[in-house]
Amino acid sequence: MPTTFKQWFHQWSSPPSFYQKSECLLPWLGLLAFVLIATGTVWGLAFAPEDARQGNSFRIIYLHVPVAFLALAGYYLMAIAGAIGLVWRIKLAFWAMRAAAPLGAALTFIALVTGSIWGKPTWGTWWEWDARITSMLILFFLYLGVMALANAYQQQEGGLRASAILAIIGMVNIPLIYKSVDWWNTLHQGASLKLTSAPTIHGTMLYPLLIMVAGFYVLYALVLLLNMRCEIVANESRSRWLQDIYKKTEKLNVF
Amino acid sequence: MSAPIRKATLKREWQMAWRNVSDVINPVAFFLIVITLVPLGIGANKTQLAAIAPGMLWVAALLACLLSADLLFRREFDDGTLEQYLLLPHALYGILWIKIAVHWLFFGLPLVLVSPLLGLMLSLPSSALLVLMLALCLGTMSLSLIGAMGAALTVGLRRGGLLLAVIALPLYIPVLIFGASATAQAADGFFPAGQLMLLAALVLFTLGFAPLVVIAGLKIGIES
Repeated sequence: MPTTFKQWFHQWSSPPSFYQKSECLLPWLGLLAFVLIATGTVWGLAFAPEDARQGNSFRIIYLHVPVAFLALAGYYLMAIAGAIGLVWRIKLAFWAMRAAAPLGAALTFIALVTGSIWGKPTWGTWWEWDARITSMLILFFLYLGVMALANAYQQQEGGLRASAILAIIGMVNIPLIYKSVDWWNTLHQGASLKLTSAPTIHGTMLYPLLIMVAGFYVLYALVLLLNMRCEIVANESRSRWLQDIYKKTEKLNVF
Repeated sequence: MSAPIRKATLKREWQMAWRNVSDVINPVAFFLIVITLVPLGIGANKTQLAAIAPGMLWVAALLACLLSADLLFRREFDDGTLEQYLLLPHALYGILWIKIAVHWLFFGLPLVLVSPLLGLMLSLPSSALLVLMLALCLGTMSLSLIGAMGAALTVGLRRGGLLLAVIALPLYIPVLIFGASATAQAADGFFPAGQLMLLAALVLFTLGFAPLVVIAGLKIGIES
């Protein structure tokens, strides 16, 4: 069992075999993401019942919640990829980390924007220094730091290792930051805007949400794979195996 | 690590700090100037100033600590001393603790010592000044340790200063929250035992965690 796992791990962590294996996955992931997101969107926007208190404005939940989930999950993925890269010195893990950083930052930004748009009709304000919003904003800053550090080094290797360490520090700090912000929030303002204590969501609203969450996870995987493939192409453009692939497909003669 | 090395490091750090003691002025002056800017910006209304004093003092202290963090390894990186440290056949934990402690004595402690003066300038109740000092004392220790992590990760970069701000400031946030809230609570007439204990816990946590990161960061900086 360990040897097969080792083999599997070894195959997936080598850039050439990853590049070829992931290519077969792409159309399936794309199809699955499309089906799930299309189903969830139509169901959520057209067929799910209107919210008793928020009317139709609640429907942004079908974008906001999956994106917010992934913004946080993406940080952990990035940090774990960075840790794998540091421990086993696997280039591909570092590239996964660097591929996950702008993706996560974009998702965090979308989560903040959709949350703000949702906040306007329900809370009556675009921005509220609520614990969740604030820690999301800090998460965005953490992403920015990792991205900036990864690109700051002239030698790529150093930048990747430094930003992997920063990502891990951030991961250790996320619960700390979340707890402190939560506590700060309860000290500074009354808990007047707690949307979380709303009655548990009804099934007819929940199922499309779950489908959307699943769809966004698949979409995330797809975009991450595409980003990683870009990293591979950018870093291995001089290597033989990649040039062979190009020659075979004859798609990109620029190389 | 053996005692002679510890002693030698302490002596060396101490002498280095004294010989560059003019560096110490800058963060303190910065702290002073920023606090002076606050009433100039928002007006000299005493109740208004007192209301924002804890937060402003802490934000300014945070930025002052950030300014000095870059000095922690910069000079020794440039002259090659850090490389020699990494070549030592000893764990670097002890050396780093001494380095950071001396750094705190010269850059953190002065902020603590001038803070009551600035608190008075911002009409903070005088009963809160002692707590402000105590909280800043604990807080600046964490800030020095966190700053050391950021400084180590950016030491290999020519223009690391701005980047250091981007990566270290988000990590400063828990310290800011607990410290400012301790000060605000003291201004309201309570003793913020909980916040002070949390600040102390943060110090202990970063004390164990920071040297690991610093060593890894310095290695990267030297190799690249």
